[in-house]
Amino acid sequence: MEESLPLIWAILIATAVFLYICMDGFDLGLGILFPWFTHKDERDVMVNSVAPVWDGNETWLVLGGAGLLAVFPLAYATILPALYMPLILMLLALIFRGVSFEMRFKAHTPSARTWWDRAFSWGSYVAAFCQGIALGALVQGIRVENRAYAGGWWDWLTPFSILTGFALLVGYGLLGACWLIWKTEGPLAAKARRAARVLGVATLGFIGLVSLIMPFLQPTFFERWFTLPWMLLASPVPILVLVLAWRFFRAIPATEAREAAAPQDPTGRTFRWRDGAPFLYALGWFFLSYTGLGISLWPHIVPPSITIWEASASPSSQGFLLVGAAVLIPIILAYTSYTYWLFRGKVRIGQGYH
Amino acid sequence: MGWDFLPSALDLARFQFAFTVSFHFLFPAFTIGLASYLMVLEALWLATGRGVYLDVFRYWLKAFAIAFAMGVVSGVVMSYQFGTNWSVFSDRAGNVVGPLMGYEVLTAFFLEAGFLGIMLFGLERVGKVLHFTATCLVALGTLLSAFWILSANSWMHTPQGHSIAPDGRFMPEDWWAIIFNPSFPFRLAHTVTAAYLTTAFIVGGVGAFHLLRDRRNAGARIMFSMAMWMAAIVAPIQIFIGDMHGLNTLEHQPQKVAAMEGHWERQYGAPLILLGQPDMAAEETHVLLEVPKLSALILTHELNGETPGLKDFPPDARPTNVPLVFWAFRVMVGLGTAMAALGLVSLYLRWRGRLYDTRPFLRAAVVMGPAGLIAVTAGWITTEAGRQPFTVYGLLRTAESVSPLDAPAVAASLLAFILVYFIVFGAGIWFLFRLFSQAPHEAEHGPEENEPIRTSGITPAPAMRHAAGGPDPQP
Repeated sequence: MEESLPLIWAILIATAVFLYICMDGFDLGLGILFPWFTHKDERDVMVNSVAPVWDGNETWLVLGGAGLLAVFPLAYATILPALYMPLILMLLALIFRGVSFEMRFKAHTPSARTWWDRAFSWGSYVAAFCQGIALGALVQGIRVENRAYAGGWWDWLTPFSILTGFALLVGYGLLGACWLIWKTEGPLAAKARRAARVLGVATLGFIGLVSLIMPFLQPTFFERWFTLPWMLLASPVPILVLVLAWRFFRAIPATEAREAAAPQDPTGRTFRWRDGAPFLYALGWFFLSYTGLGISLWPHIVPPSITIWEASASPSSQGFLLVGAAVLIPIILAYTSYTYWLFRGKVRIGQGYH
Repeated sequence: MGWDFLPSALDLARFQFAFTVSFHFLFPAFTIGLASYLMVLEALWLATGRGVYLDVFRYWLKAFAIAFAMGVVSGVVMSYQFGTNWSVFSDRAGNVVGPLMGYEVLTAFFLEAGFLGIMLFGLERVGKVLHFTATCLVALGTLLSAFWILSANSWMHTPQGHSIAPDGRFMPEDWWAIIFNPSFPFRLAHTVTAAYLTTAFIVGGVGAFHLLRDRRNAGARIMFSMAMWMAAIVAPIQIFIGDMHGLNTLEHQPQKVAAMEGHWERQYGAPLILLGQPDMAAEETHVLLEVPKLSALILTHELNGETPGLKDFPPDARPTNVPLVFWAFRVMVGLGTAMAALGLVSLYLRWRGRLYDTRPFLRAAVVMGPAGLIAVTAGWITTEAGRQPFTVYGLLRTAESVSPLDAPAVAASLLAFILVYFIVFGAGIWFLFRLFSQAPHEAEHGPEENEPIRTSGITPAPAMRHAAGGPDPQP
């Protein structure tokens, strides 16, 4: 049991971070889409569609941070100083964004609302871009000596990290658009479909570009993707991305057809599982990219030098928190799902939760 | 390099932590109490069916949403700052404090965030019972959060239950001993009570403000009455808890108590220095006003008891800023005494039936509105500055805990934090004041008149009133 603790925790932390990407990704995406959705009603619907859940979405980020400190303290103590600037910028952006969620509804004048809308949108852009940069900088490698970060203050800023920054911006924008396809109808949904098509193509482009560069960043990455037996494990990933792409671009018009066929129900809340298909396929891309990343990095948590075993806290620490996690995470997932279920269905103009 | 004019990276990192955590704690100090207050209000509404409780509930729910959001985003900063600025501390103490914070996220943060949405937006969708459950769970979440983070904090003050590995890392040996370390029960009781009082005085201040304008306002009367009961009953209890916490500190961190008292010499029958100025260079306190024997009486419960002095300890084991500890402590105690006094006067006025229309008293309550926030901040400054020069008391020095940082990087991020906090939280606090300036009224329903989107939200007041079986609002 003790030997497998680091592995279990690596999977759990990876899952928490992935859940964060899925959940905060789409609500950051809404802010990223704001410049193209300028009407007040549109923006109200967009924000209302996530108002009851965004807080929980962001909590996965806190779990990522606190969890890393608890079970991989060395990773926490080296990654965070290395990514000092992008992380601080991300936190500041999240402050703007989180507060403007509440404040834009309570603004008393149109100009105050405009400023809170800007804070929401810019906050989303900076947070998403910084997360992408942080990801790129981590993948490139972090120099560690004597259990401490040994690189410079600008090491994180490279063409590759800027590329991953833009990739995540576009990817989150895609998640936001797909969320809107599911949660809205009429002209807003039509606009979201157009956005999702464009962003879908762009996301695929970025996935391709990053995948082409990745193997050449570090020799071990190259081995993973181009030598047996790892290649056997890795090769389905790009193929599945393409399969999902085919499904994705077919699912978008299908949501349109369903909306045209369904009679307008002015009283009830329209909820269709299948309108969530584009969202699900987009998440599939994220999952596959994330898996690809895992295949490249394994078994390092701070590439290129620190493995999950080297970064691990004592078995006592990992075991103690695992007991709680084993009981609490299923409960958390249950009530989180319940909240999503409670607020399911299309959000209409003038029918927010606020 | 040309950066020599900057303070050291260590000092900047310390100031950054002090700034962000002080700002952050203002919000939990308010929301911990407010969550419980909302729970009580909703329970009263459910039990009595009186619409006015629901009105007051909704009035404070709006403030809760804003304060909670500000607490969350300023709290996310804290959970990352341990790594960015205090990476050596994180590496050395992460094995012990990390799981405690992990439990805080798992038991408290998710619970609060998960049910806050229902609490804010779900009354119409889930019905009264489930909505009340959500309110209770949010309140429970705030208390669990206090439990875990104060346990971690207390361990840094009174570490036990660990061993120290050859590389200097703290290794957990006995989790029960770590969680329930000696200062934890006192710190938890003192802090949670402080949060309740903080909320009570804000609620009381707002209630008094509106009573000054209209002493018939039913909502304001309820706010003020409930707040003054808290002041009358809980403020004296808090003084008692504070005394016990102080005795616990005397046992485990005598140099902190010596700094709080401004005592440099170990002595028998020490006087209580009410006003004075500790002089660190001369190693003495210039006394302006003191009460003979009182310090000995408070700390040892004997008139001629023995109390420690700062000179008992080598200079590098004394708090680094004695005047700060000394003055912060006086601010906290002074405000605490004023709060208890206000509560006492309220009992008299209530007995005379003049609680709601004694204008000088109402004005005093308005002035005392932020007393809890100031007292709680001063209390934290006392205990944290008093723990210096250590992060883990007696075992890990603050100077050894800091990340390998460059002063310009910390200075830049500090500047950014200060700017953003003042802009964002300034706007949020300004909004809270606007909210408080509006009188609580019947059929309180949150949305503004010019906000059509929100009129059909959770708060169609007449329908709720009907559902509650209460009287319909007057047309």
